[in-house]
Amino acid sequence: MKQHNTPMGRVFDVFNYIFLGIIGLAMVLPFMYVIAGSLATEAELAARPFFILPETITFAAYEYIFSTTTFLRSIGVSILVTVGGTITSLALTLTMGYALSKTRIIGHTVMIYLVIFTIIFQGGMVPTYLLIRDLGLLDSLWALILPIAMNPMWLIIVISFFRTLPVELEESAKLDGATDMGVFLKIALPLSKPIIATFTLFYAVQYWGDYFNALLYITDNAKYPVMLLLQNIMTMADVRFGEVDQLVEQPDQSLTLAVIVVATIPIMFVYPFLQKYFAKGMLLGSVKG
Amino acid sequence: MAKNTTQALETNKISFWDKMKRDRWLYFLVLPGLIWFIVFKYVPMWGTLIAFQNYSPFLGFWGSEWVGFDHFERLFQNPDFFRVLRNTLILAFYETIFVFPAPIILALMLNEIRMTGYKRTIQTLVYMPNFLSWVIIASLTFVFFTTNGGVVNMIIEYFTGSTVNFLGDPNWFRTMIIGQQIWKDAGFGTIIFLAALTSVSKEQYEAAIVDGAGRFRRMWHVTLPAIRHVIIILLILRMGNFLDQGFQQIYLMTNALNRQVAEVFDVYIYFTGITQGAFSHSTAVGLFKGVVGIVLILGTRYIAKRLNQETLF
Repeated sequence: MKQHNTPMGRVFDVFNYIFLGIIGLAMVLPFMYVIAGSLATEAELAARPFFILPETITFAAYEYIFSTTTFLRSIGVSILVTVGGTITSLALTLTMGYALSKTRIIGHTVMIYLVIFTIIFQGGMVPTYLLIRDLGLLDSLWALILPIAMNPMWLIIVISFFRTLPVELEESAKLDGATDMGVFLKIALPLSKPIIATFTLFYAVQYWGDYFNALLYITDNAKYPVMLLLQNIMTMADVRFGEVDQLVEQPDQSLTLAVIVVATIPIMFVYPFLQKYFAKGMLLGSVKG
Repeated sequence: MAKNTTQALETNKISFWDKMKRDRWLYFLVLPGLIWFIVFKYVPMWGTLIAFQNYSPFLGFWGSEWVGFDHFERLFQNPDFFRVLRNTLILAFYETIFVFPAPIILALMLNEIRMTGYKRTIQTLVYMPNFLSWVIIASLTFVFFTTNGGVVNMIIEYFTGSTVNFLGDPNWFRTMIIGQQIWKDAGFGTIIFLAALTSVSKEQYEAAIVDGAGRFRRMWHVTLPAIRHVIIILLILRMGNFLDQGFQQIYLMTNALNRQVAEVFDVYIYFTGITQGAFSHSTAVGLFKGVVGIVLILGTRYIAKRLNQETLF
């Protein structure tokens, strides 16, 4: 498109490029500092306000946290919940999403409305807590998975995605004698890679980052996921008040930074690989649907 | 069998049982998800009825005594309730005027970038914080804003000689919350608007240029109307969650110093319900919140319809 630029338009362009550049930097610089700080010495952290290259690099903070059972165990819990939860979520979302994409099933409209209604109205924190307690799931890792196993909004996106698949494929497979189950497994799923990639990322991020359910349902320290551990470390350090709790030794700054880095790394690691999928996946479902 | 199935797809005049039999695999597929929704979404909704009981953990739902609207009456006489309501409404209002438009503005600005490489780099960077959990974001906030050697305060101290207590001062609480939300979600929110913008035809821009419209007039008269329906749908959805400040975020930022302004419904429900065991009382608060949410969403939808806008449902 020809730009037809006025002097005002050019001023705007310059401002726009610079402003967006600053916004972009504001998203990465905090991380670069945290990574740099986790590799720096305590003395340097206290002396220099901001840096992205430490003067002396030391892995002491990482060596320390990886030598503690508390930290290793919490990472283990988080990995277990993330993998188990993502598989559970995908299985539930894809099967229900596929079935509800077929308008011919009885009660189809009612079921869709049941799903949409849960976006608008929820039972709330206390009744959900009582349910989990009555199911005997307190202090069980299932309590970190089941209450958030499906996201109604994402289910709606999955349903509208499955509707975009060509009907002819299903019809011809049926002529060849395939059942609905066969069509789902052999035709619909292989065609759904972008949407599967998208929601693998979304669900994995959800489980990895969740501390709310752990805060509510987990009291046993041995079952703390890494986010709850990190929250405890931050509260202990009590940086918020600027006063140190006399009973607990304040953790070194670089240790806190190292825990933040390790808790963020899995996201940083999968994000670039899945990024090309999720924008597409989101759009396939939301805009066209 | 296969032939029958395809024929059945074409004719509607088949009996209920034949339909059930024909689609049995689909029912099999829908069942686990349906059970999940009933157990984890609808049972808690049923559970909100304890707001009308004096729920006792020992007697359970069926054994507890029904007290009607007692908890609600007590709620409306409780000054704490109005403080929490006020905090919630102020924050919700700020979120609507500051957080909601942020991705729209960002999308419009990104849309004006012609260098594809630059645009893509910025997009990759601004989407990223969305994937970080609130614990990480709160931790970053603590690291950067603490008076105890935080980067921001070290810089402020260098220039002014004093520090600002961003994390403890109640006057800074809402600014910090809004800032965190924009940092985390504004970038990701642009996806949907940028997608809507790809549907604008080039002819419309060319026509506008012929008519002598400058950059801003084009943005105002062509680009913005193109994403209007998306804005309205998102605004309606937003209204349903008007009173939902994310518990995860606010709880992390709440401390003894700012609790007077920080306590919103979800945080209050957590403290009274889960930690103090006032199950019925806090469920009544939750129900109040839920009902207000429904009224708001239906109200917005009604207004949008009156204005002849597309709505979601």
